[in-house]
Formats: sequence, C-alpha cells, structure tokens
Amino acid sequence: MNYETVIGLEIHAQALTQSKMFCACSIKFGSEPNSNICPVCTGQPGSLPVANKKAIELGIKAALALNCKIEPSSIFARKNYFYPDLPKGYQISQYDKPLATGGWVDIDVDGVTKRIGITRLHLEEDAGKLVHVGADRIMGAEESLVDYNRGGTPLMEIVSEPDIRSAREAAVYTETLANLLRYIEVCDAKMEEGSLRCDANVSLRPVGQKEFGTKTEVKNMNSFKAIEKALLSEEKRHEEVLEEGGKITQETRFYSEETNTTSGMRSKEEAHDYRYFPEPDLPPIEPDDKWIEEIRQSLGELPQKRRQRLIDQFGLNTESASILVYDKPLANFFEDTTKLYDKGAVVANWLTGEVTAYLKEKKKTIEELDLKPPQLAELLKLIDEGTLSGKLAKGVLVKVIETGKQVKDIVAESGAQISDQGELNKIIAEVIANNTKVVADYKGGKETALTFLVGQVMKLSKGRANPALANQLLKEALT
Amino acid sequence: MINKSAHELHSLLSSKRVSSLELTEAVFARIDQVEDKVKAYITLTKEEALRQARAADARLKAGNNITPLTGLPVAVKDNMCTQGVLTTCGSKILNNYLPPYDATIVAGLKSAGAVIIGKANMDEFAMGSSTENSALYPTRNPWDLTTVPGGSSGGSAAAVAADEAVLALGSDTGGSIRQPAAFCGVVGMKPTYGRVSRFGLVAFASSLDQIGPLTKDVTDSAILLGAIAGHDEKDATSVDLPVPDYRKALIDDVKKVKIGLISNLLGDGIAPEVKLAVKAAAEALAKLGAEIVEVELPSFEYAVSTYYLLAPAEASSNLARFDGVKYGHRSGGTKDLLNMYYNTRREGFGPEVKRRIMIGTYALSAGYYDAYYLKALKVRTLIKQDFEKALGKCDVLISPTAPTVAFKVGEKTADPLAMYLSDIATIPVNLAGLPALSLPCGFSGGLPIGLQIIGRAFAEETILRVAFTYEQNTKWHTQKAKL
Repeated sequence: MNYETVIGLEIHAQALTQSKMFCACSIKFGSEPNSNICPVCTGQPGSLPVANKKAIELGIKAALALNCKIEPSSIFARKNYFYPDLPKGYQISQYDKPLATGGWVDIDVDGVTKRIGITRLHLEEDAGKLVHVGADRIMGAEESLVDYNRGGTPLMEIVSEPDIRSAREAAVYTETLANLLRYIEVCDAKMEEGSLRCDANVSLRPVGQKEFGTKTEVKNMNSFKAIEKALLSEEKRHEEVLEEGGKITQETRFYSEETNTTSGMRSKEEAHDYRYFPEPDLPPIEPDDKWIEEIRQSLGELPQKRRQRLIDQFGLNTESASILVYDKPLANFFEDTTKLYDKGAVVANWLTGEVTAYLKEKKKTIEELDLKPPQLAELLKLIDEGTLSGKLAKGVLVKVIETGKQVKDIVAESGAQISDQGELNKIIAEVIANNTKVVADYKGGKETALTFLVGQVMKLSKGRANPALANQLLKEALT
Repeated sequence: MINKSAHELHSLLSSKRVSSLELTEAVFARIDQVEDKVKAYITLTKEEALRQARAADARLKAGNNITPLTGLPVAVKDNMCTQGVLTTCGSKILNNYLPPYDATIVAGLKSAGAVIIGKANMDEFAMGSSTENSALYPTRNPWDLTTVPGGSSGGSAAAVAADEAVLALGSDTGGSIRQPAAFCGVVGMKPTYGRVSRFGLVAFASSLDQIGPLTKDVTDSAILLGAIAGHDEKDATSVDLPVPDYRKALIDDVKKVKIGLISNLLGDGIAPEVKLAVKAAAEALAKLGAEIVEVELPSFEYAVSTYYLLAPAEASSNLARFDGVKYGHRSGGTKDLLNMYYNTRREGFGPEVKRRIMIGTYALSAGYYDAYYLKALKVRTLIKQDFEKALGKCDVLISPTAPTVAFKVGEKTADPLAMYLSDIATIPVNLAGLPALSLPCGFSGGLPIGLQIIGRAFAEETILRVAFTYEQNTKWHTQKAKL
C-alpha cells in the first residue's frame, strides 16, 4: 500500500531574555550548578511567580512574525506532574488559552514553496537538569543530582498544524523557523545548545484517506539533520508495522543518533494526566493594542520579504539572497556595501562566497570582523579599476580581516596589479626566453601551452600581473 | 500590662513608661505560665525577640522611625516564612524546614520594629477548623481548655486571647482567621483578596488565601491591617491601590449605614444562642442609628461544596512541591524515585491533608474536570454575584461568624463533614474575595460568640467603622479568658 506521512511539530524556543520567566534569576548558560537560583525557581514554600514582561514581548514578537493572532486575554495554567527537575511539582505553561493562535510560515523545500499552519504559540518555563550517576536515566542510577539553573528559563512553544508531509519538510520547517526567530532576535536558536528543541508527532495513513493514523511522538532530535534522519527512520518503522498488519501504539519515542532508530519509553513513565488548571498565582496576559502595535513596528522587514526585495532590487539569485537574509548582520552588511558600490550581485558573491567561507572556518560572525562595508566597497572598486585582480583581492581581503589594516595600505605594501604594458612585456620576454620548448609547442598548434605560459607570467610577477592583459600581450608576442 | 491592647501599649512605649524589653519579657513570663495548657506556639524565638525588643527600645529612645508596631510582641502563624526560623505549617513534612527568606509581611513587621515572639500552631497546611490537625499537638481554647480554639489559625487566636502575644497574624482561606477569632473572643479580619501580599505565605488555596490580623480589639485590627496591607511586586495577585489610614475609619457612628442581616445564615444548623446574639447585635446597631434590612443570598447553599472542590484542587497542586527532593522530610531507605515519593508523602502528610489532596486530584482529573472543578468555578461566580447584589443595596452584611461556639476537643475529628460545616458562614466570603471581620458579640455557656461583618471589596474602612461603633457601645471585648 502507498502511505502518506503526516507530521506536526512542537518547537520549544528559548526566549532571549536576561532573566527567567517568573523570577529575576539570570539565564546565563554554563554557570556553576545551582548558582542562578532563588526561592521562586527552586519552588520554596510560599514563593510566588511574577511573569517576565520581556518574555511576553518576545512571545508576541515571534507570534506576529508567524502571522498569528494575539489573543486579547490568555492565561497561564499549571501542568501537574512529579519529577525531580520540576521543583514545584507543576510546570507553569499555557493550555486552553494560549498567547497566540492561527498563523503560518512559508517554507522552501527544494525550490517549491509550501505554507505550514501554526496552531498556537504559548509561553512556559523550562525544567531544571538532572545529572545521573551510574546510568543515563533516573531508573537504575546510583544517584541523581539536580541543577536548577535552567529551571524557569522562558520558552516559547510553537505548535504547527499537521501540514508537514515528509521528514525533509520537517527539517526545512524547523530550520526556517530557527532562522526566522534568530533574525527577529527573539531566540538564538542553537539546537546543539538546546535553545531550540523539537518534538515531532508522526503518523501514516493510506494515500487518499482523510482520517489520521495513530501517531507517535519523537523526541531527542538535536540538529536539523537529526530531525530528518529520525523522522525518516520513524516513518519507515510505521510503514513496516502497518505493512505487516500491525498497529502503531500511541507513545513517546526517543531517537538515538548512534543507532539511527527510535525506541519507546516504559509505559509507567508515560501514563500522565497532567490535570491542567488555571494558575491562580498569575493574572491573565492582556496586551493592549498599542503595545502589540509597537512590537509589530519593531519587527521591521521580515526575512522572506527582504529576500524577495534583494532579488528584485539587486538581481540576486534565490540562493545567495537566502544566505544573506538568514544572517541579519550579513544582510545589513550587504545593503550597507551596496550604498558605496552598486553592483549588488558582485557584493553578494563576495559575501556569500569568500566571506561566508571565512566565517564558517573561523566560527565567527560578520560583526566580529574588522572588515566593514567601506573596505569591501573599496576592494571591489580596485578590481573594477584593474588595480587588483580577483585573486589578489582575495589575498587583500584576508589581510584586511586578519590585520585590521586599511585596504590601500595593504595594496601599497604587497603591490598592485601590473597593468603597465611595458612592464608586462619585459616579463613576457623573459618567460618566452626561458620556455623555448613550450613556445614551440604553442606555435606548433598546442593551444593549451598558452595557459602554462600565462601561469609562468603570473609566477614571475608574484601574482601581480593583470591576467587578462598578460594573456593578450603574450598572444601578441607569440604571433 | 500584657492584657492591654496594642494601641494602649504603644502609648506606654512612646511615653517611655514601659520598655519593649519589659513588655517582651512579661509576655514570655506569661507564656511560661500558661503555654503548657494552651499550646499556642510551635516555635518560640525568645533570644531573637529580646534582641528585637532592645533594638525597638533604641528606636523609641532615639525617637525616630517609630511605627505603631515598634516594640510590640507579635505572634506569626507557622505558615509564614521566617528566614532561618523553623516554618512547619503544622506538618511533619516540613519538620526541619528553615526558609531561606522572609515572607513580605514578616520583613514588613521586622522593619516596622515589631518583636516576633514565635510561630503559632495551626491545622496542618491550614486545613482544619479546630487546630486539632496540627501534626505536633492541638491548641486549646483559653476560655475552656476542654474546647478547641477554632482553626486553622487557632494558635494565633489563642495566643492573643491568653495574652501570650499582643497581636497575631493568621491566614484565612475559608474562615481560618474569623472562626478562631470568634471561638477565642478576639477580633479577626480577613482583608480583601489582593490587599495583603501572599509572598512567603505557604499556599493552601492560592485564589482564596489571605493574611490578616488577630487582635484584642477593633482599633488594633485597624493598626495591624495598616501595617501589612499594600502592593507587593513579588505577588502578582496583590493589588496596587493606596493603603488608607484605617484608624481614621474608627468612627463611633453608624447613622445612615445600611446593614444587611443575612437571613439564610440564621436558619437551620445555627445554634439558637448564636442566632439570638447576632439578632441582638443587629438591634443594638439599629439603636445606634444603622438601618437594618434582611437579605438573602440563595447561592450560599452551595458554598461549602464549591469550596471543597476548589480549595482541595488548588491544594493538590500547591502541595506537590513537598516531594522529599529539595527540603523537608524525605523518607530514608528507598532505592528508587517513585517509592521515595510515595513514602515521603505517606509519612509526611496527616490524614486531613491526604484527604484534600485526593479530593483535589480527583476534581482535576481527566473526565471529571468539567463536572467538578469547572462547575465549582461557575458556582463561585454565582456566589460573587449574590454578594454584589446584596452589597449593592447595603454598606455591609452581618451574620454569625460560626454556627456554634467552640466545640469540645475531639468532638468532630471523626466526622470531617461536620467539621467542614463550621465554616459555612465564612467560606462564601473567601469565594467572593471580600473583606470580613469577626468580633465578640456575646457569650454562651462562658464561651464567646462571634459576629461577622462583611464589606465590599477594598472597603475595609466601612467594616472597621461598624465594628468599632458596635465594640465601643457593647464592650464584649473587655471580658477576658480566665486561665
């Protein structure tokens, strides 16, 4: 039988605040265990939560970017369950009245645009972290220690509609969302550090059937690649079970990257009735229209719109426009450079090529570099003027980045391109004199011999010869 | 000296006729004398109290920064966090808990220069109406040691009635300040929900809990309320309204005040002598110029049932944090998490607390939520509306505080439902979030009877005015328990 895969994703994105969701403790990553804690986030008797206004603002910002409706009144609810990383015995979350509902995001899957519905976005607090001794779960551990530093970190949970039809789409959706959240500066979206986490609901149904099949929830996917692999593996497992006439059990399954399979949890851990009810310690969130409008204004141009504009305005191709807009500082660098040097496609090539490669290699961001738009513009102008060849310019670029010196100083030190005919002819004469056999080959009709001779000219000039001119003069000299 | 009210003692302290140290030592001498019989306290902090008294004397001597509480001995119910001082909530599960912080009102008492005598006994986690549910020992009623002091703030009420404290703080979720005040012949006030910070008050039912004063007279109630009321940015349910000078509300005049006598709290289930006393109080107020009308609040019939769904539901969640992981009792000898949870909670909680956790868990469970919790929320709205209607016509409402005078120790412990009904007149007020005060209005068989005065939200001043006028013209409060 042919099956259709149906996937809905729950993304947990850590809001970029200074402090926790319901207390003033810092959310700095990597502090000493239990150093960023207080009576509130350790659930001391008598302590009370107070909602972090900045977290609500970032939640609204994200919801607006996802085309959601901000609910005029949303409430916090308690999700009750026992676990040592949950100090109050309940998590403060949102349940039947979330912060925002009914949005969408467009994703590009291998050249095809698809719209994925967003069911809701709500706010909640993160749990603490358990460290087990002697086992990797609490079951069977000799002892387990708890660190409440992460406890109370503000999270935005973004729930998609079951609109996703393949593992690939799920990975692209998550990456698109990560890029968007990072672009609007509400989340740094680092899956490896856990500031963006993804759970997937997966089910299969025969093609043409309307009803959903039984779903499983897949957890523990720690990269975009892992999402795709995990969901492919789970999809395959469903298909095998169904093909053999079996039934899928509704359960939570953990993905292991090592084995590239998912495995179920023990049913005892699974049997939860969370007994949600409205959190009596917190008033409803009722953002006024003026505040929502201010937040909307602060969004500015969203990445998908900006990408289209870059394509239309500068004639960029989709790929380089995409690379630029999902790194907001890089896109800003691009636009600032084009104000000084108007060949946008050239600027984009340099930024998405040389510069991006350098950033990736050194694990840096464009903002951390000494290279600024005026220098890149100056460099590109020097190429156009013939002062530098493309290759020379690349060397100059690296020197600018690594030394912080000015472009013109570096060019003065290492020398500009040689475009003076007299000077080039002297070098050419020397090359011809030293390579009589190759010259003879060329004259005998071996066209490729010319490439070698040009190479010799470049070598002798220490790379400074204007290659096009050298090529032309060499040809003339050999006829 | 120790039988005097706070405002009388304040004059003596301010005029240096008495020092706070003398007063505090006198209170501890009284405690030495009667505490064995009354058992009002769980923890006494004598050393720290004497230190605070000396500091208060220095303030009084310097003559600056003197508040109406400076130098006055106060008892604090044991469900309010006191930094570094044992806070048990009357429970075994917190038998070793030293809070790392002060409740907002405790910090407020300290900065006002009050002297904290100790932590008062209570029903475990404030669940009960007799203080017999304390895991440590029951408190006795100073008027008759064979009867209960009421609850859950029985320790606070008994301490004030027995002169083991000049002032006390209690908490009231369904009547836990007013009912013990009535049983012990003192004045107890539950402020409007949101008037006093709950930060540091160990939660029983968060949407109902409110801290309030237990005092020897109405003037002291106004003074202590003024000291603890106000917005707290650490409590999102506390209301940002200015705090009036409540003493200015103490006017001996009720002319043109319209008072509603709640007729359905004078029917079945209310002891005849209590009915008589409350009717007599209404007549006395009428003679003083108030207009008395009868009002009926039909939804009251459902108040106790509603309360016993909502309060346990919230409690079942609030008490989840007592799991042996972070503080308090942890059962030893278990090898796995689930059994550690089971045994810790089995050993740590008493029967009434377990009963309410189970009721609340059930009411919130999938499949029962709509029928119980949600329905109770709807009835709560009806009760609020009944009050709004009645208080639209009347300035205050009056009723008995409790259906009977103090009952015998052990009389109702075997019958939880009978115990629950002793809060029949106080519970609706918490459900509506309104302020109410109980003050003495007579005696039956040598035991005090309480009159409840209920006001509009944030209209504590009207309640205080009516209570003050009644008190000044009846003088029930001058009678003292003989120990």
